[in-house]
Amino acid sequence: MGRPGGDATMLIDVHAHFYHDRTPRQDWRARNESRLRAGEQMGITLHIASILGSWGATSPTYFPSPADLDYANRWMLDLQRAGPDRIAGYVAVNPNFQRHALEQIDHYLGEGMVGIKLAASRRADDPLLDPVCRAAADHQVPILHHVWQHRGRDWPGQEASDAVELVALAERHPDTNFIMAHIAGGGDWLHSLRAVRGVDNVHVDLSGSGVDGGMLEACLEAVGVDRLVWGADITLDTGLAKSRYLEHLLDGDDVERVRWKNAAVLFGLPVARETTS
Amino acid sequence: MIIDVNVLVGSYPFRRVPGSSLGHLAESMTRLGIDQAWVSHLPSIFWRDPMEGNEWLLKATSDMVAMVPVPAIHPGLPGWEAELDRVVRLPIPAVRCDASFYGLDPVGEEMRAMVRACAGHDIPLLTAVRLEDGRQRHPHDRAPELAAADVRSWLRVDAGLRLVVTHADRAFIEEVHFGSTPSEASRVWWDVSWLWGPPEDHLQQLLETVGVDRFVFGTGQPLRLPEAALAKLDLLGLPAEDRHRITAGNLSTCLSRTTEER
Repeated sequence: MGRPGGDATMLIDVHAHFYHDRTPRQDWRARNESRLRAGEQMGITLHIASILGSWGATSPTYFPSPADLDYANRWMLDLQRAGPDRIAGYVAVNPNFQRHALEQIDHYLGEGMVGIKLAASRRADDPLLDPVCRAAADHQVPILHHVWQHRGRDWPGQEASDAVELVALAERHPDTNFIMAHIAGGGDWLHSLRAVRGVDNVHVDLSGSGVDGGMLEACLEAVGVDRLVWGADITLDTGLAKSRYLEHLLDGDDVERVRWKNAAVLFGLPVARETTS
Repeated sequence: MIIDVNVLVGSYPFRRVPGSSLGHLAESMTRLGIDQAWVSHLPSIFWRDPMEGNEWLLKATSDMVAMVPVPAIHPGLPGWEAELDRVVRLPIPAVRCDASFYGLDPVGEEMRAMVRACAGHDIPLLTAVRLEDGRQRHPHDRAPELAAADVRSWLRVDAGLRLVVTHADRAFIEEVHFGSTPSEASRVWWDVSWLWGPPEDHLQQLLETVGVDRFVFGTGQPLRLPEAALAKLDLLGLPAEDRHRITAGNLSTCLSRTTEER
């Protein structure tokens, strides 16, 4: 059996997570190692990842405290520095602590992290997110925004947003690029795809445990090849399945765009500049 | 050899699903190297009489050696015993019954009779925990998911029952397996379609705790990409012998009595 990821040369996961020693999970190290090991098997060349505070140990996963965020972002930066060829970090922030959020963004992007992660601490269309979006535009990095596909109501443990709310934010910030998180991560993805159809600065991340038949076709129909980016989140196997199915649906260069080229451009990675030149 | 026990054909009432015909299934099987598919009729799961789909299914698959039909039985309808008696005489690997989709009490008398009848005919019973992620279901798609307690209950109704359960997650499987006697647990086979691979490694853990012998290959296509079931096996890096047990070998145990009789 060849490499499970096939023969394609590059693969960028725009939605990865790692754990650290202060999370509730005793198996945190094994989970991190498993991600990297499976990534090697699949041919993932870059994991772009975040750590959501303490993952619930000392503040809620989706409402992380400033102290937990700083610890997690520091850990994430250390992971990036330990493996700069295969790991890059998002700086995760809680916009309810606005000054802290902006300080974290300036500091960690200045240290070399490549994007901003907004989870579910504040609804996406709330004005509190505006300074974060302006900072992203200033630093020319994308925002990966957690989305519950058609949330319908409030869900426990998070102030989730859906695509309609993310689009409202994106339309206020046309110079900022957004990645709508995990289209396959739960909820009515058809609702989300309708919402983002004509919004050019919102990109769709394919991650999530869902592997619904017809989902990738619907993604392509809604936003085309140029606004799809590959990701896995917490199920690399479903990510691999989607990558393989894309090879069935698309021609060579279009597959490459979804697998890594679109992401490379969004994140301003050196490889994108080399490819373009 | 790869046998996919979890294949559906026909239209789905709650969203557009490409690739739901037998022709598409044949293409998918060729693409992925799947040698045999256990095929169920998807639309009739939602019909008032799911058994009305059996005739179409049996006829449509009659010339396709790689596609074997899994007829449906609704034990709440008059005459279901006769339909079961009819279909078990045909070359089928199992019958299916999706109690909650039929509006039946999963632990009520109809299902208990169904369990006893399957055991009596020595035919495996196939059932799904769910068909879609509960967070995305259509507002009118309200059938409850199967509960682990339901499966435990069935296993205790008749010591001759053999079950193939699809779309179960790790917690469900653990609850049934460790909530049953070893003898009871040895009569259930789980498909891998809803189990997570790395980095959470649910499937790997289950193979270590529950055992390789309990798992069979199933995709849930076309509602799910069949690539997913193969991808998680590929990432496991299993010895060839264990991989073969999952993709085909374990079914020989599940089916041995059934096939011997026919």
